[in-house]
Amino acid sequence: MISWGGMTWLALVVAAAICYSIKLAGLSLPERWLEDPRLQRTVPLLPVALLAALIATQTFSTGGHLVLDVRAAALAVAAVAVLLRAPFLVVVAAAAATAALLRLI
Amino acid sequence: MITSDTRRGILRDALGIGIATGAYALSFGAISVTAGLSIAQTCALSVLMFTGASQFAFVTVIASGGSPWAGVATATLLGTRNALYGLRLAALLEVSGFRRAAAAQFVIDETTAMAIAPDVPEQSRLAFWATGLSIFSLWNLGTLIGALATHALPDPTVLGFDAAPPAAFLALLAPRLRAREPVAIALAAALIALVLLPFVPAGVPLLVVAVLVVLYGVRPQPGSPRNR
Repeated sequence: MISWGGMTWLALVVAAAICYSIKLAGLSLPERWLEDPRLQRTVPLLPVALLAALIATQTFSTGGHLVLDVRAAALAVAAVAVLLRAPFLVVVAAAAATAALLRLI
Repeated sequence: MITSDTRRGILRDALGIGIATGAYALSFGAISVTAGLSIAQTCALSVLMFTGASQFAFVTVIASGGSPWAGVATATLLGTRNALYGLRLAALLEVSGFRRAAAAQFVIDETTAMAIAPDVPEQSRLAFWATGLSIFSLWNLGTLIGALATHALPDPTVLGFDAAPPAAFLALLAPRLRAREPVAIALAAALIALVLLPFVPAGVPLLVVAVLVVLYGVRPQPGSPRNR
């Protein structure tokens, strides 16, 4: 675990300020600035790529090394829950419970 | 004109979405505190950032050893879609000054979906504000409860919430995978991130993937210039 000092607070406030500015920009900027078809096409792809990369790296790595552990099983259970259209909390709780139970074995 | 039945329906939906999102905030509070953030930092994220995917990403990128600035960059990139939501909402809401500044914080997936559903602008405005207030209240309440409950445990990892972030990201990703192209992009992004991971600092694979998908998105499109 890392230390969560002033740097984290600074990063947190900066990130929140940027996220707010993005929202405000959408409400405020002239429509034609954001109407560029390439922009309209690309922006929705960003969360797809980033969320997929986050899933992969958070499941299969520890400290810069590729690993296979209980998190893979937790992700598989989460995938089943998603396919069954379970609510968000159920998906996350099922994954957490899977990891916790497998560690007890 | 909004009939009282329509108004009640909109308010009921807004409350329902708020409750569902509040439950999801419980898991954010739990994951964030398990990752090592303080209760205050966890709650500050929900009040100030108030956009779920970016919050989860910020927490997990830093917790897995990435620099705080990699966390900032990832949260920012995930938040860019809110600008397009704002664009769609601007015409419906017709807000300016202080009301626009307040409305901006509520520009997220759920409020946009609720606001663009009705055909009547007056109903859109009610749906936006009711959903925004409902989610903002319950998202922050859920975060606080999740953080406090997890903090009270001697060892929060015993509940497995340190292994849960991928599940949270998967639940956020799944609704975006309704066509072949996003599925292909998701698989390619996951693979590229894993291949890069052993060779670059934590957080960098995400930024490389973001650059690649932008290059893919803005590539020249022969034939159909207005392809969305």
